[in-house]
Amino acid sequence: MIKRLAKSIREYKLPSFLSALFVSLEVVMEVLIPFEMADMLDHGINAGNMDFVLQSGIKLVIYACLVILFGNLAGKAASTAACGFGKNLRHDMYYNIQNFSFSNIDKFSTSSLITRMTTDVQNVQQAYLMLVRTAFRSPIMMVFSTVFAFRIYPKLALVFVACLPVLMGGLYLIMTKTHPIFKRVFKTYDRLNRTVQENLRGIRVVKSFIREDHESEKFDETSESIRRDFTHAERNIAWNAPLMQGCSYTCMLLVSWLGVKAIIASGNNPDLGLTTGMLMSLITYSMQILMSVMMLSFIFVMITISRESAERICEVLGEESDLKNNSDPIFNVPDGSIRFDHVTFRYSEKADKNVLDDVCLEIKSGETIGILGGTGSSKSTLVQMIPRLYDATEGSVLVGGKNVREYDLKTLRDSVAMVLQKNVLFSGTVRENLLWGNENATQEEIEHACELAQAAPFINEMPEKYETYIEQGGANVSGGQKQRLCIARALLKKPKVLILDDSTSAVDTKTDALIRKAFAEEIPDTTKIIIAQRVSSVMEADKIIILDAGKIVAMGTHEELLETSEIYRETYESQMKGGLSDE
Amino acid sequence: MNDKKIPGKKPSLDMITIKRLLSYFRNYRLSMVFVFICIILSTAASVASSLFIKTLIDDYITPLVGVQNPDFSSLIAAIFGMAMLYLTGILSSLFYNRTMAKVSQNILKDIRSSMFRHMQRLPIKYFDTHSHGDVMSYYTNDADALRQMLSQSIPQVIQSILSITFVFVSMLIQSVWLTVFVLIFTFFMMKLLGKITGKSGHYFMEAQRSIAGMNGYIEEMINGQKVVKVFNHEEKAKKAFDIKNTDLCDNATSANKLANTLMPLMNGLGYFLYVIIAIAGGYLALSGFPNLTLFGMGTLTLGTIASFLQLSRSFCQPIGNVSNQINSVIMAVAGAKRIFEFIDEPIEENNGKVTLVNMTMKNGVIEETDERTEQWAWKIPHEDGTFEYRELQGGVRLENVDFSYVEGKRVLHDVSFYAEPGQKVALVGATGAGKTTITNLINHFYDIENGVITYDGINIRDINKDDLRRSMGVVLQDVNLFTGTVMENLRYGRPDATYEECIAAAELADADSFIRMLPEGYNTVLNGDGSGLSQGQRQLISIARAAVADPPVMILDEATSSIDTRTEAIVQRGMDALMYGRTVFVIAHRLSTVQNSDVIMVLDHGKIIERGSHDKLIEQKGTYYRLYTGAFELD
Repeated sequence: MIKRLAKSIREYKLPSFLSALFVSLEVVMEVLIPFEMADMLDHGINAGNMDFVLQSGIKLVIYACLVILFGNLAGKAASTAACGFGKNLRHDMYYNIQNFSFSNIDKFSTSSLITRMTTDVQNVQQAYLMLVRTAFRSPIMMVFSTVFAFRIYPKLALVFVACLPVLMGGLYLIMTKTHPIFKRVFKTYDRLNRTVQENLRGIRVVKSFIREDHESEKFDETSESIRRDFTHAERNIAWNAPLMQGCSYTCMLLVSWLGVKAIIASGNNPDLGLTTGMLMSLITYSMQILMSVMMLSFIFVMITISRESAERICEVLGEESDLKNNSDPIFNVPDGSIRFDHVTFRYSEKADKNVLDDVCLEIKSGETIGILGGTGSSKSTLVQMIPRLYDATEGSVLVGGKNVREYDLKTLRDSVAMVLQKNVLFSGTVRENLLWGNENATQEEIEHACELAQAAPFINEMPEKYETYIEQGGANVSGGQKQRLCIARALLKKPKVLILDDSTSAVDTKTDALIRKAFAEEIPDTTKIIIAQRVSSVMEADKIIILDAGKIVAMGTHEELLETSEIYRETYESQMKGGLSDE
Repeated sequence: MNDKKIPGKKPSLDMITIKRLLSYFRNYRLSMVFVFICIILSTAASVASSLFIKTLIDDYITPLVGVQNPDFSSLIAAIFGMAMLYLTGILSSLFYNRTMAKVSQNILKDIRSSMFRHMQRLPIKYFDTHSHGDVMSYYTNDADALRQMLSQSIPQVIQSILSITFVFVSMLIQSVWLTVFVLIFTFFMMKLLGKITGKSGHYFMEAQRSIAGMNGYIEEMINGQKVVKVFNHEEKAKKAFDIKNTDLCDNATSANKLANTLMPLMNGLGYFLYVIIAIAGGYLALSGFPNLTLFGMGTLTLGTIASFLQLSRSFCQPIGNVSNQINSVIMAVAGAKRIFEFIDEPIEENNGKVTLVNMTMKNGVIEETDERTEQWAWKIPHEDGTFEYRELQGGVRLENVDFSYVEGKRVLHDVSFYAEPGQKVALVGATGAGKTTITNLINHFYDIENGVITYDGINIRDINKDDLRRSMGVVLQDVNLFTGTVMENLRYGRPDATYEECIAAAELADADSFIRMLPEGYNTVLNGDGSGLSQGQRQLISIARAAVADPPVMILDEATSSIDTRTEAIVQRGMDALMYGRTVFVIAHRLSTVQNSDVIMVLDHGKIIERGSHDKLIEQKGTYYRLYTGAFELD
């Protein structure tokens, strides 16, 4: 895991290293200072030697300046390193996600990908900042302070070395007791957020069924459980400060007792033994040592908290797209003919259920094909294999007479335009959204596509026409309008194959008919594949395919199917109840 | 909080919000007094630690140095006394930390709960006009910032201020002259600090803005990732991403840089102060200059200088601590402000006095009862305190209704129609014609501008909203299920429904067969986002859910749009059974769904342009006829 994350440090290795270096230098200065202070007290103030005080003072000022300088440099290097690392992590994740195939995306689910790229990266970045700053600072501080303390007066230095295990043991105990609670609390937090989200989305249902109080109670329960756990965790952590104080006060008292005796024994003479100045530096060192232990324990907490985030990030970074571009690809799709040759598909190797089962199908270039089938009959999966959004598990899919795997992916997807069932518009103007289809499209081309998709009338009614701003997710256009915009966007690609996956369900029937009419007249050479719920949407197709549970159960024209397929006849009749249809 | 001492705090701290935040401590007054006392004790112990050095040097070391066989008994007593003080300090610190944890978590829970309870009372309009992401972030980001502040920043700031005060007093006790040096130095230090925190605050806000922008972009693009793939838009998406990513990195780096340099700067300045005091103290002591203290004149002893030096260090540290907390406090207060604004959003008014009660019919007279009789009556209070009962029948009438979501943009014009009890009324029309709006009005989710809507002859404005909605069931196109078992979801509208009733409802909606095929049948836990179920299956559950609630009026808004027509034909029987004996409003694209309605309203741009039965409308050969025959236009 660390290896994979470390790969994303890249150009920020130098700042990371510099940060560690400057921090070390800063620490060296901070350790030298109490030593110098002791000298100043003993040889200067105590001895009444003002020259020495000044001399030492200058030295101390220089040290202090260096502390500020190194601290500054270290801080800057550390933030450059950490923020840069975060940037690279996001970059690497996002770039890798761009290579994801549909099945990769399905595997992760979008909401989890979003959390991984936002919250998780923040956590790891924060931990990294702590790491490059404190992870070096604390141990170096500890070692140097101990060395200096021993140089001053080994007997007393032993006192706080003896305190260390107590502090460490205590901190360890607190951490191990608290960590599982934190882990649990974060899970509960997820539950709380989920409740809020569900209520935001389903507020109409909540209000219609008068379940406001019920939902509030549910929320309170979760909220209470968070309160309980957090209180518990923080009450554990509340031992931190007293523990630290206990250790430092104990040191202080022991040092005072032993120190005073030693000073008196030496007559407060630096040449003979311990002095007041030395005593004070020892006290400073003891604080520094204990503080470093404390800081180290914080790092451990940070790292354990961010460990799960790091794991989730690594999963994204390590995910390999299961669709690989051909190494020697073809860059030209000759025509819009399609052939399915004994295609079988499963979502994963291990799944025992075939989503598509031995599908054979031949579509000529320029034909219009209708696909009907019940919920869960794998209509979408079937058509998503044409632009190679999924790869066939067995058998092969051919477009323009060649296996889709032989094409360059970009070329293939430019030639096969697909309007997805769950479609989205992006925040931006109508024009910007349409340009997704072809960034070089002229105004005429855009308008033409919109006319074909029957989107022009309502766009022209909009206040700023093609420059009207579409809110995120297309919130300010109706479902039917959104679908028509999505169709226009796909038309702008001037594709050889156009696939509409239940793309006119929210469009009223008359407009739906107009769209199909426009297709037939204006883009006769494009192969059109239409998945629909309404029989009327596919009735006039050259060929209608009936799918059931991943198998083609019937195929033919409207008239043929009325004769041969019971499913088709049933569907047709159910929609035409009373003589006419759903239209 | 004493904000005068904190540099750079002035620009963006909002005292009204802080006061309101503090008001949450009301219920914990006693605890807070306790916490305050404990903080004082614990701070006193740590300051006393610095003073103890003076005592050690002046009272023990100096007099005892050179003495033969020194007597340490008084030293032991002093150390023992100190130990007691330390122990008090340690215990106080433990108690206040633990109490504070409890208090802050309780307050957070209070705030969270009042947010959610308030949210449940907000009108639908609020949810229609505010982004869910924004509301979500009140619960996550803002509440989190608040948690940080309550459990960490506030105690730290209190402790730091106390400690500054104590140290200051101790300094005065030891030497006024040296204290003056410290004050002058502190003044310049504060100026510098104010500058840095002000600047870092600016970068901090910039960084927050970048983070929000980045997160928004990620959310939108990842949600549309499949479209990105279909349109080969990957390279462009990467480019736009890189720009935002670099911007975020730059701002975050700048903000962090300043924050990170604060501590070393404070450290370094602390040493400066140390040197200044040492030199000044040294000269004062050597020149025999009389030392002014709070208690009079004396001489500047070595012990005084030593402990003063130690004190000076505990003076700078808390100042650094406070300045370190400033940004998070500002952020938390900004978050608290947003939370309070949310809590202050006006709630949905519910002034209706007419309520729904269970009834029994005795000799043709309605009598109210507490039992569930499956028979309901409206209880209409009169001004003289008497009541009138009217049997719930489900007749709905709209008279000359005008409505607009946004002022000036009228969505419904002069809409009038009625549904007699038990009738099935269909609303047909293009998207945006105003069909769903009508159901929003019948439910009283929105108030109408002109006209009147009556229910069993009672103006719905006079009906208690909860009771009004209790008498209606809705099945919406976008199905929202809640995390929980299938059974819990079915019972959503009537928690006391029996197991058998729920199964019967599921059978009615043709949902029983697939529910039984789920891994745990009716006990299968569903996710709120409905993963694992198809849209059609979710609609079936939602139909069954409405059937369990068993209301006299039903609104079916595109309830079967995601069910394929073959399945719909099967469900249709169930739907017919569900609709039997109820007043039903049906909205559908598929005209097959609405054909057998008693009356069909054709809506266009917020007006009813045709009305009548299927046969009548076909005969009229108007819009409905054209819609109906649309499929054959191309023939």
